[in-house]
Amino acid sequence: MINLFEVNETNNMIEKDNLDVRTITLGLSLLDCADSDIDKVCDKIYDKITHKAEHLVETGEEISREFGIPIVNKRISVTPISLIGGGAARNTDDFVKIAKTLDKAAGTVGVNFLGGYSALVNQGMTHADELLIRSIPDALSQTELVCSSVNLGSTRDGINMDAVRLMGEIILDTARNTADRDCLGCAKLVVFTNAPDNNPFMAGAFHGVTQPDAVINVGVSGPGVVKYALSKVRGADFETLCETIKKTAFKVTRVGQLVAKEASRMLDVPFGIVDLSLAPTPAIGDSVADILCEMGLEYAGAPGTTAALAMLNDQVKKGGVMASSYVGGLSGAFIPVSEDQGMIDAVEAGALTVEKLEAMTCVCSVGLDMIAIPGDTKATTISGIIADEMAIGMINQKTTAVRVIPVIGKGVGDKVEFGGLLGYAPIMPVNQFSCDAFINRTGRIPAPVHSFKN
Amino acid sequence: MEKVIITVVGKDTVGIIARVCTYLADNHINILDISQTIVSGYFNMMMVVDMGTSDKKFADLADNLDAIGEDIGVVIHAQKEEIFDMMHRI
Repeated sequence: MINLFEVNETNNMIEKDNLDVRTITLGLSLLDCADSDIDKVCDKIYDKITHKAEHLVETGEEISREFGIPIVNKRISVTPISLIGGGAARNTDDFVKIAKTLDKAAGTVGVNFLGGYSALVNQGMTHADELLIRSIPDALSQTELVCSSVNLGSTRDGINMDAVRLMGEIILDTARNTADRDCLGCAKLVVFTNAPDNNPFMAGAFHGVTQPDAVINVGVSGPGVVKYALSKVRGADFETLCETIKKTAFKVTRVGQLVAKEASRMLDVPFGIVDLSLAPTPAIGDSVADILCEMGLEYAGAPGTTAALAMLNDQVKKGGVMASSYVGGLSGAFIPVSEDQGMIDAVEAGALTVEKLEAMTCVCSVGLDMIAIPGDTKATTISGIIADEMAIGMINQKTTAVRVIPVIGKGVGDKVEFGGLLGYAPIMPVNQFSCDAFINRTGRIPAPVHSFKN
Repeated sequence: MEKVIITVVGKDTVGIIARVCTYLADNHINILDISQTIVSGYFNMMMVVDMGTSDKKFADLADNLDAIGEDIGVVIHAQKEEIFDMMHRI
């Protein structure tokens, strides 16, 4: 039978080390909402979401109560909207209409965010894809809860450089359209290569076309728990360090598996995956950067950071894989800047640069995340940063992403405040040398030779 | 059997176990196991109980225990056993 020591260990993880389930995300297919009439599309989308997700939030709260574990977010991901609106949308305003419908539906069911205002354009853009992408600045400035993502490349397809060039401009336009709200629109917009279609985390969640009608995906978290476990093995060898991370990741993931199964049973929706992630929050002690420091670095960004992060990421997966029957999504350590107090401290101390973050993205789950850059950064420079990150993902057969926020009217040395889980960020300098002539070439970068596996 | 783990943490005082046990008995909830320690004056108790014999809903049990805890100045949590089983048993 469970003993007092085990009960206290679990409850201390929850109460002292910020263990939580970061999100229960209900993936919903909207393929049956397609129509040739834009108003009908919107009506069908609203009806489907408000019907299928009617009990999502209360179910999350009930599970949280039963097990005494906080479930921070309840969210929805939907089929990429370029596929759903393509038959009806004649212009960008039609897509914005769909975005507003999604926002209204998300508000009605009470979720924190809804993801899937997305287009997948690895090899090229359809007319609908391009309309959706061009509507993003208006859509994100006129909605609160909608998140947008664009997949620009994959290991199998290469990188669509026309879309990379366009997204540099779209990110800047989104910043300009939400300049009165600290450019918050860009915090809800992410570009990917090799985007997973079962990711429960925002802003990049969407419900892929290979998924069932509805599915429950759960994202766990627990950087504070890992940090506390490592604080008890200071000075120990690497084997002990790795074993400690693995065991802790196992325990954290088991909670995610339990919550996912319970949510699936209560909502009568199939269980999809658990995303084994160390997702930080701005709360003190809930930081991935602090884990790196606990391993022996003065700040995240110091020499050795990439190696420490690679080890952390791998051990989290090794511990987590056995704890869940289905693992998916992004699965690994997240390294957002604004959402992690330890990362913010590292930037302010001058220890962490965009270039070092880029190196770190080669070995962790996603990419350049929640990085505030000067508002006068050129669109081509943003596209250059995106292209570099997409290339890392394409060559290494992993997901990479870029979520940068050009903060209009502010420069290096200033700060920007997003609030809540999105945190705040010091504005980081970007390389000022031009890549215009490279980015202005048209076409795409071919798939790498090691993608030809058939 | 519906096993629930009840934990009580707080400053030690007279009658903590009595209050919790009386409430459980009044609601036909059977106690399967109790363990308890006191560390530097702080009371730390865990009970494994079976709600299968009770008409109470879990949410009501948790609310009632919260209120009792507030009344006697300790923190009382009720959690379904599965979270501990999942984390500590393969």
